[in-house]
Amino acid sequence: MIKRVYSLRGGALLLGLLLISSPVFAQVDLSGLWGFLRGQYGQENGGGSDIADFTGIPINAEGRAVGLSYSAGSLSEPERQCQYYSPRYASTGPFALNIWSDTDQVTGKIISWNMGAWIDKDIVTVWMDGRPHPSANAFHGYGGFATGSWEGDTLVIKTTHMKWSYLRINGLQHSDMATMTQYLVRHGDLLSMLTYFEDPVYLSEPFVLTSVWQLNPKANSLRTSPACEPIDESDRLENTSIVPHYLPGKNPYANDYAKYYNLPIEAAQGGAETMYPEFRKKLKDQYHYVPPDKCIRYCCDTQDPSVKCIRDGSNRVR
Amino acid sequence: MMFSKTFVARWILPFACGCLCPHGFAQNQPSAKAAAPVDFTGYWVTIITPDWRERMITPAKGDYLAVPITLAGQKIADAWDPAKDEAEGLQCKAYGAPALMSTPTRLHITWQDDNTLKVETDYGMQTRLLHFGNWKAPGGAATWQGDSVAAWEMAGGRGRGAAESPRFGSLKIVTTRVRPGYLRKNGVPYSANVRMTEYWDLVKDPKGVGRIMVTQQLEDPEFLFRTWIVTFNFMQEPNAAKWDPTPCSARW
Repeated sequence: MIKRVYSLRGGALLLGLLLISSPVFAQVDLSGLWGFLRGQYGQENGGGSDIADFTGIPINAEGRAVGLSYSAGSLSEPERQCQYYSPRYASTGPFALNIWSDTDQVTGKIISWNMGAWIDKDIVTVWMDGRPHPSANAFHGYGGFATGSWEGDTLVIKTTHMKWSYLRINGLQHSDMATMTQYLVRHGDLLSMLTYFEDPVYLSEPFVLTSVWQLNPKANSLRTSPACEPIDESDRLENTSIVPHYLPGKNPYANDYAKYYNLPIEAAQGGAETMYPEFRKKLKDQYHYVPPDKCIRYCCDTQDPSVKCIRDGSNRVR
Repeated sequence: MMFSKTFVARWILPFACGCLCPHGFAQNQPSAKAAAPVDFTGYWVTIITPDWRERMITPAKGDYLAVPITLAGQKIADAWDPAKDEAEGLQCKAYGAPALMSTPTRLHITWQDDNTLKVETDYGMQTRLLHFGNWKAPGGAATWQGDSVAAWEMAGGRGRGAAESPRFGSLKIVTTRVRPGYLRKNGVPYSANVRMTEYWDLVKDPKGVGRIMVTQQLEDPEFLFRTWIVTFNFMQEPNAAKWDPTPCSARW
C-alpha cells in the first residue's frame, strides 16, 4: 500500500496560515484611538449629572453625605483647578481612549499598555511585566498603579494607589483606599470594558459599570496631559478662608433631581438597593411612583439634525 | 521534509481550523454545549447604574436621551399611548429582544438542547432562544424575541499545553425578524428591520462572582440615525431565590 503523504509545499502553506492568522500564542492588539460612544451615560456625558442624582450607585451614608456637601465652586479653588479626574472616570467620561504599548527592545515582549491622558485626566500605565504593586504606604498618583494580565483575550487590569477623586461629576467621591479591576475585551472595531470599583470608605458594594469604544483614527485624544497653571477665577475666592461646600442638611439643590422626575428622595440619593430590579417594586408599591407627564429637560442628544428636542436643562427645543 | 496524514490531522488541521473555520473543525464538530468555552448557565441579575431614569423606571414621554433617534422615530415616540397598546393587547412592546437586556430583569439561562441556549427573563416573562450551528429560521410571523443565531468566538491560548488550561471565549448573537416594538417603555420605537448584534463576555470579579458583559449593536434604518451601541452587565446569583416572574406591562 502506498502511504499518502502531504508535500512540503502543502505543509508549509498550512503552517504559514497558522503562523500569520493564529491568535493561539499571540496577545490581542489593543492599540489605537478608540472613540467613546455616546449611546449610554446620556446626561452624565452631556450636561453632566444633576446635583444629588446618585441613582444606581452603591454609596454608603458617608458617601452620600460627602456628595451632598459638594459645591461646584470648589473647582475654582486654586488648589483644585489642576486636580485630575480619577482613572475610574475612563469608564464613563466622554474621553477617547488612546492606547499604545511599550515593548522591551531585547525580548520583544510588551512591558506595558498605556491609556492616554486628557486635559484633566492623567495617563495610566498598565505594567505587564509582573512587577508587584508597591506598599500601601507608597505614593498615590492620579493615574494610580496598574498591572495587567491576560485571561484568554481579556486584559485584566488591577489598579491601586489612586488619589482621592470624584466618583461622579456631581460631587460623589472615592477615597484613596479605592481599588479597581477592569476587564477589556476587543470585538473587531469595538472595545468593551467592565469596571469593578471598590471603596471601603464611601461604597457599601462594588460599583460595576460597562462601557464601549469604537476604533476611530480621528478621535480627539492626547497621550499626555498639558501643563496646568492655576489662576484666580473668582474674586470671592481671593479670600482663601472660604472653602466652597454645604453643611449637612443645607444643600439648597439636594431635592431638585427628585422633584424633576417625581422620584422619592430615597431613590434619587442612591445606595446599593437602587441598582437592583426589586427596587422597582418598592417605587411602585411603597412610593406609588408616577412618571412626569412629559420630558422637560435633557430629553434627547441625537445627531439627526431634523430632530428638534430639549437637549439640555433649558427647557428649550432646538 | 514530509508530513504524514496522521501528523497533519492531529497537529496542524485542528490549529489551523481553530483560526480559519468559523464553526470549528468540520469533522466531528462537537455540539455548542460541548464546545462552550464559558458557562453562562444559571441565574443572573442586571445592575442598573447608567441611564437609571430611562431603564429602571418608565421614563417621561419624550425622553429619548442617548438614543440616536430619527425624526420618524421621534414622531412615534411623541405619540406614545399606553392605553392604546393595552387595548390592542400589545403590553409586551417594550420587552422585545432589542430592549430586553437593558431592562430591570433577572436572567435564567439554561441549555434547551445541545445547540440551543435558552435565556428567560422574569421581567415580562420573555424567552430568548439562541440557536447555534446550522439552525434555520422556521418562518412565520415575526416575534418579540425574533430569530437569534449564535456562535462561540474562541479566544487564543497563552502558550503550549492549552488543552490543560482554562478555555476562554465570547458569545456572538445576531438577531433579526423581530416584531416592531419599543426600545424604552415610553414608546421609543424600533422597526421590523432592526438588526441586533451582541457580544457576551463572561468574567470572574475579584470575589469570584461571575459577571456577564453584554455589548449590543442596534441597526435600524428607519428609527435610528446611526448604529446604537450600548453595554449592560449582569451579576451571577447563587439560586432562584429572587426570581420574580412579572407579566408585561405597558405602563410600568
